[in-house]
Order: sequence, then C-alpha cells, then structure tokens
Amino acid sequence: MKLKRLSCAAILAGLTALPAGAETFYEMSGKVSADLRYFTQDAQFPNQDYDTNLSFAAEPEFYWEWNDGTDSVTFTPFLRVDENDNERTHGDIRELSWIHVGDEWEVKVGLSKVFWGVTEFQHLVDVINQTDGVEDFDGEDKLGQQMINLSLVRDWGIVDIFLLPGFRERTFAGEDGRLRAGLIVDTDNAQYESDAGEKHLDAAIRWSHTLGDFDMGLYWFHGTNRDPILQPQMISGNTVLVPYYEQMDQIGFDLQATIDSWLWKFETIHRDSSSDKYWAAQAGFEYTFYGIQESAADLGVLLEYGWDERGEDADAAIQNDLFMGARLALNDAESTEVLAGISHDLDYDSQSLIVEASRRFGENWNISVDGRFFTADDTADLSYNIKQDDHLQLTVERYF
Amino acid sequence: MSLLNNPLKSILIASIIAVPATALAETAEEKGLRIAKEAKASDLGWQDMQAQMNMILRNKQGQESVREIRMKSLEVDGDGDKSLSVFDKPRDVKGTAFLSFSHPIGADDQWLYLPALKRVKRIASRNKSGPFMGSEFAYEDLSSFEVEKYTYKYLQDEACEGGNCYVIEQYPVDKNSGYTRRVVWIDEGEYRPWKIEFYDRKNSALKTLTYHGYKEYEGKHWRPDLMKMVNHQTGKSTDLTWNSYRFKTGLTDGDFNKNTLKRAR
Repeated sequence: MKLKRLSCAAILAGLTALPAGAETFYEMSGKVSADLRYFTQDAQFPNQDYDTNLSFAAEPEFYWEWNDGTDSVTFTPFLRVDENDNERTHGDIRELSWIHVGDEWEVKVGLSKVFWGVTEFQHLVDVINQTDGVEDFDGEDKLGQQMINLSLVRDWGIVDIFLLPGFRERTFAGEDGRLRAGLIVDTDNAQYESDAGEKHLDAAIRWSHTLGDFDMGLYWFHGTNRDPILQPQMISGNTVLVPYYEQMDQIGFDLQATIDSWLWKFETIHRDSSSDKYWAAQAGFEYTFYGIQESAADLGVLLEYGWDERGEDADAAIQNDLFMGARLALNDAESTEVLAGISHDLDYDSQSLIVEASRRFGENWNISVDGRFFTADDTADLSYNIKQDDHLQLTVERYF
Repeated sequence: MSLLNNPLKSILIASIIAVPATALAETAEEKGLRIAKEAKASDLGWQDMQAQMNMILRNKQGQESVREIRMKSLEVDGDGDKSLSVFDKPRDVKGTAFLSFSHPIGADDQWLYLPALKRVKRIASRNKSGPFMGSEFAYEDLSSFEVEKYTYKYLQDEACEGGNCYVIEQYPVDKNSGYTRRVVWIDEGEYRPWKIEFYDRKNSALKTLTYHGYKEYEGKHWRPDLMKMVNHQTGKSTDLTWNSYRFKTGLTDGDFNKNTLKRAR
C-alpha cells in the first residue's frame, strides 16, 4: 500500500512537473467498438439461455509529453458494457504511467502493461499482467498492473527491474455469461496464501538481448501467481469456485531465431509454488510464403506444441496440445487479413477451431468477423465447459 | 627492394588514380559502378535525419487512402542505416513502430512494435518485394541506397529534369528482389535520382518512380519533397511527400533499440 501511494505520488510529481505553455505536447486518440456474438448452439448451463449478445467498449488514450520527450504520461481508461453478463460489464485503467527517459536508462511508474514472449498460441512466459478473462477466452487481454520499472540498456542486453506493489484479481464471466465453467467463480471472496493478500509486493528481473539472428529473454519472478487455483466451496447455500492465489517463484526463458523466412520459437517456464513444482514449454515455428501466386499476398503457416510436466493433472488448458495455423495477408490498402487456427488436445482428443477475418473500411473503421468452434467429450477436459459455446462474432471498430 | 620495382609501383598507383578521372577504356559496367560509388560518396556525412513521410494511395478508380509516418534514421559507418518509423495513420495502426538495422549485404534486422499487445516482434526481412502498407512502394524501394545491393551498367547520357543525366541500369544482387532490373536517371551535377523505371521478375515494365522538388540540406544533402510511383500493370499510384526534414539532430545508437521502439509513438 505504501508503495502504491508512492507510485501515485510519483505520477503526481511527474504531472506537476509539467511546464506551462507550448513545450507540452498533448494528444488524444483511441477507439470505440461494438461486438455482436451469435451462439450457434443451445447453452450448457442455467442462465445462459440466449443466442445473441451485444457489447460495446471504449478505450481512449490521453498522452502528454514534455522536456523534449524525456518525460511523458499516458492515461488509457477502458470501459465495456455487456448486454447479458454483469461481470463482463467492467472498467479498468489499462495505463496510467509516467515515463522518464535518461541516458541508457528509463523509469516507468504507474499502471501499465508488459508483454514477454515469442509464441502465438500460448503466452507461457508472459507473467507481469493479470488476464482480463471476461474480455475473451483467449487470455490475450490484460489488466493494468501497478509497477515501478527501471530499464537499463547495456551492450550486453537490456535489464528490466520491476517492483509490483499490489495484485490484480483475474476477471471471470458471471452467472449470465457464456464461455465459462458450470460453477460460477466467486471473485468477491478470493483468498491468498500471503498474509499481505492483494497488497503483496511482487518483484521481477529480466534480461533480454539480440545476438545476430537470435532474440532471447531470461527472467525471475517472485510474487503472487496470476493463475488462481479454483476451489469449490459452499457460499450462502451455493456451490461456487473460490479463487486461491498462491505465492510463486518462476523462471522463464524465451528464444526466437529469425532465419530467412523462418521464425523458430521457444518458451519455457519453471514454476515453484507450495502446491506444485513443474516445467512447461511451448515451441514451434512460423514459415511465410511471400508473394504467393505472383500476387502481393503473403501466407504464413504456424505449428506449435504446448507441454506441461503435470500432464492431465495440470489445471492449465494446455498440457499436451498441438496447434496449427495459417495467416493470409493480402497486403492491400485495406489490410485484409484472414487467420485460422486449430488446436488439438492430444490427451483428451478435444479440438477448437478459430477463424478471424479483418479489413479496414475508409480511414477510421475496421470490421472483423470471427468464428470459434469447440469439440470436447471428456468431462475432465477443461474445454468440456465451453463445448456448446460455438459462436460467430462481428466486431466493428471506430478509431479516432 | 630492387630499382625496377619502384617505377612499376608508381605506374600502378598512377593508373589506379587515373582511371576514375579519365574515360580510359572504362567498360559500361565499370562506369555504372563508378557513378554509383560517387553518388553514395556525395551524400555521406548526413549523420542523422528526422522527417515526416506522408503517402496518398490511389486505386484505379481514384479512391484515396492516407498513410502518415514519422521517421528517424542514423548513418552507420561501414554498415547500412538504422531507422525507426512510427505510424500515425491509418488510425487503426497508430502507434505501431518499426525498427530496422539495414545491412548492405544479407538480411536486415527488423522489429515491429504492436501497441495493442505492447509486443515487440522480430520479423523476417526476407520480404523485400512486398508492398509497404498497401502502397505501390515495395520495402526495397524505401531502404537506403547501398552500392553493394546492385551490379551496374551505364547506358547513355540524356537530358532530364535535373539537367544532364546518366542513365544507368541496376541489377539487384538479392535473389528476393521483386525486380530483374531498374533503369535510373541520375543528374551529373549532384547525383540526384530523377526517375527510376522498375522491371518485374518477368522483365516487363512494372512501375515508374519520379522525384520532384529537390531541396538542399546542410550544404550537400539533396532530398525530394515528392516521390510519385505509378504502377503500369494495375493503374494504381502512390504519392509520397516528405516534410520537416531535419539533419544532424544529435541522434545516437542509443535512440535505436527495443526500448526506444516500445515508446516511439
């Protein structure tokens, strides 16, 4: 809490250091979007008896820069309103941070987002930010994380030191939401291993470097595990899942080799918590055919494999899974792109298919159509929960 | 050290010095290479540059689409340039940034920053012939000129917008280039390109690039205000305009790394 206050004070100090007059650069940009989901099958669980779901979201970004760009503040609030799911109707501060840049170092204070990793189908080593689980089931959306980040640029790589004062709980679909488990996750009663609870001070240090065709990163993280253990409990007469957040130490390593038209990718973690100690890895490649059929279009093919030492005991959805994908980019003025991916669980023999097509219309509009289809017939498989949540999604985005 | 050796040496040295100055039995290939070297040498010493680059893409029906990019680049001794580009328009890619370490021979090192995911991605630079942001400019058309990227053949002298021009054929060395050859008009006074004709992999006329509104910066660096690319096969065209050129702004190596890429905006 003390550090949280400290980080707020630092942002305020940064803001008050704003010089009056023309030297400050201010800019606003952002987007609003609407998405419509059409579920092609009847729902599996009570309170999910609808076929269509409409949702709106807004994410403006405010940016100030002064002292010739050596100081800047970014503020990115986010709000979503959902037709059916009260939990999906939510807001967040994706970014509220002050960056000060020095000679071969920079410091960032505030709420922010950090991405680590190289693979496409799973982001195993990406550990700083909590997943905003109600946004989508793919885990790509993240909540803003309180942080003090010092970054040092050296000849032998970039070193990032993070102090993370405070923890964000994962968001989960509510009882009226689809794409969830049969039992509701009770986010109001989250429990923690640490006595400090959500105020635990986490820390991480990461080294990253480029050597010729190789880009690599190695880190150590100490603090609250972003992935909760979901424990069934009776709360006021209902059985619910209560998230329990453990402490953990994690080492992560990522590597990409970029050779001609090949991208070779590898990520691995070792996670050490009171309940478990295990390795997991994701590895594969991406190969791109450029200018296919004498056109300007590129076709990329992707193959990845995800492994978890715990096997079927893993509470992760990816433990022995194979992924195949294709990305077609027309490279036209409208940036037309089609992406398709299949994942196959080799233990449970379940599958999911995802197809995404997007295109720009005019200068400021973007429209995408997504289809997501799931099959699962083993009740022990986590994806069994969403086997009847096949859906098509139309997303319209307006940028400003 | 024999007495005979020294006069021989001086003859050799004299002939090496004399070759560029005279047209003494110079082949068309040698003359083309010499002009390329002189053109490159005449622009050396710009150190660093910042500019605003705007594109207007037009399709056959005349529909327009706009691209806005801010660029920083750094001259690197004995290697290709380093550059950092930030996209402002179209708005859906606003904040996307591109870092490139180019090399005269071999693959460039390139990274893309995707602001929505806050992700830095190393990308393959093999795609030289692909269109840059849907425009008629290929990536290779926008990369810095390096002598080693082509072999040459001088064709003739011809009057051009810049006075008298050398007309030179350039053959890309890189097998991934989209061209069999380029025909370039370079003026004899300042070595500025005025026109380039591009021939595709089947050696058919593909595109013509013309340069307009040259201005001189820092006493020797000539830069155009406008570059017009017309694709003869599709009827599409792209106008690339340059604004706010600034040279020797004090950029260093430290302005071109993954950290500066992430906060480039």
